[in-house]
Amino acid sequence: MAKKLYKGNEAFAEAAVRAGCEGFFGYPITPSTEFLEYMAWRMPELGRAFVQAESEVAAINMVYGAACTGKRVMTASSSPGISLMMEGISYIAGTEVPCVIINVMRGGPGLGNIAPSQGDYYQMVKGGGHGDYFPIAIAPASVQEAVDLIGLSFDLAEKYRSVVHVLVDGNLGQMMEPCEMPPMQELPAPPEWAVTGAKGRDANILSSIYIEPADEEVANIRLLKRWMEIEENEVRYQEYSLEDAEIAIIAFGTSGRVSSTAVRQARAEGIKVGLFRPITLAPFPKKEISALAKRVKRILVVEMNTGMMLEDVSQCVQGQVPIEFYGRLGGMTPLPDEIYDEITRISQNMDAPASPNPRLEWVARLEKIIEGEK
Amino acid sequence: MVAPAPKIVYQRPASLATRVTHYCPGCTHGVAHRLIAEVLDEMGLREKTIGVAPVGCSVFAYNYFNHDYVEAAHGRAPAMATGIKRVLPQQTVYTYQGDGDLASIGMAEIMHAAARGEQITVVFINNAIYGMTGGQMAPTTLPGMVTTSSPGGRDVESMGFPIRMSEILAKMDGAGYIVRRSLHDPANIRKAKKAIRLAFETQERGLGFSMVELLSSCPTNWKLTPVDALTFIEDRMIPMFPLGDYKVNDEIANLRV
Repeated sequence: MAKKLYKGNEAFAEAAVRAGCEGFFGYPITPSTEFLEYMAWRMPELGRAFVQAESEVAAINMVYGAACTGKRVMTASSSPGISLMMEGISYIAGTEVPCVIINVMRGGPGLGNIAPSQGDYYQMVKGGGHGDYFPIAIAPASVQEAVDLIGLSFDLAEKYRSVVHVLVDGNLGQMMEPCEMPPMQELPAPPEWAVTGAKGRDANILSSIYIEPADEEVANIRLLKRWMEIEENEVRYQEYSLEDAEIAIIAFGTSGRVSSTAVRQARAEGIKVGLFRPITLAPFPKKEISALAKRVKRILVVEMNTGMMLEDVSQCVQGQVPIEFYGRLGGMTPLPDEIYDEITRISQNMDAPASPNPRLEWVARLEKIIEGEK
Repeated sequence: MVAPAPKIVYQRPASLATRVTHYCPGCTHGVAHRLIAEVLDEMGLREKTIGVAPVGCSVFAYNYFNHDYVEAAHGRAPAMATGIKRVLPQQTVYTYQGDGDLASIGMAEIMHAAARGEQITVVFINNAIYGMTGGQMAPTTLPGMVTTSSPGGRDVESMGFPIRMSEILAKMDGAGYIVRRSLHDPANIRKAKKAIRLAFETQERGLGFSMVELLSSCPTNWKLTPVDALTFIEDRMIPMFPLGDYKVNDEIANLRV
């Protein structure tokens, strides 16, 4: 199929349709709204369900109900809307029904702004809702990659009866890029556990309640074991020019993509730098980052937040090599030049002692950069 | 002489599961459950019905029915039912909700489900109190009524007035059938059953959102005997929540069942 120019949010929506999404329930919020607008005409055209809900709270509970029928269903929202959905996401996780949730992240906390951010890392990667559960969290870095990973997200959600979070930011949602759509998928038959009407079988009951703590403990163990299976089998990442690298940048999504431009620029100057880009943030590529730390001399983590993934990277690196951090916040996207400057600074100070708190030096550097931008 | 075959005059509906009740003595949840099961049997809907249970005493409603069921978050049953009905439009979907669930935390979800004219049925149990958490004030608690969170009696000056949901929902264009009935005596229970039947008929005919509000007892938290609790419904609740048909689609009004 030929490439076509798509707006990010619309491409994600079409990818979901082609992956067999039969129900979309959402609420308008910038910068994800085009997703809802696209589904508003596309789903009815195919005889599939679309509802603009009265709130994100209602939207996620519509997703919850529809997910219980075993059909592929989803919602898309942006940060404050995702916060509202967290109650329902926890119920969905507790009921072990599959669904895909796309967060087109924006600056926060609070109302924040509508500019791109990666500030929902903890919320999307660690869970965000109450109780013991583990979402799968996937972070594409281009419109095409998102299109490909949305299909995978539905597959993983179904395979593991799990919530799958797709993290993109306002950049990816709003940008236009050429991309190739996958073919339309056949709609699958409902699984055995689905509520569809108990015709010729015993009644199916789907619930997240285990009133006896001993039963909840068993359910928690089941979820944990499933999660460990996911950790074993579903780690995804991309390496770029890391073969002989002495400096490794670790960055996901948009900051990964911006970093790759800076790496190219630095490579042209002869600096031995490469990029490790986690595609799954949960499961996190722990073993791979731990191994990477044995190969390189320094690691630079780049994010569009205050260093949330930094903490996960630090856990994997275990002090094997010094880690530095660079981030932009509040809806600011770093430019390749800023990351290039970080690479050159590090390459000129390869023997500097490791900082016990890389955030300290970064904040000082960032405040100077902000001063210079005025 | 061959004895005539015994005539069955009463038996468990197929839509009702075999299970010992967890409800308190004198509670009318069991009556409401049975009425729903009888209606599903009579309409032949059991094998295509999906129920949505609430949070509250009837959080375990699904244990009592022999058809597919899901368990919603507090107040979200109408949204969950919407999701199910929209992807399975041929199936029968109903919610079973109490007054805290429906008229307090779930106010937005019930109003918008009605506004959208969702083809779902809602059985609304109004007993003027939060049962499961131990007798707190509900949005339907009567003025002056003592609860654990209105220990001096509901003072409408500071705690507001009871909400009459049937009257409110009857104003929604998407609603096809909105009535209030009571479970305090056999005659009213029969009327309640007919209303539940007509609510499901409304759904099956695609005539819009349907709700039956059932005035119900909570002897435990009202601190009354089961018999006195039924009298309380008649003497105290009905004056505040008058029984009646608040909105009935013409096709349903002319229906004989």
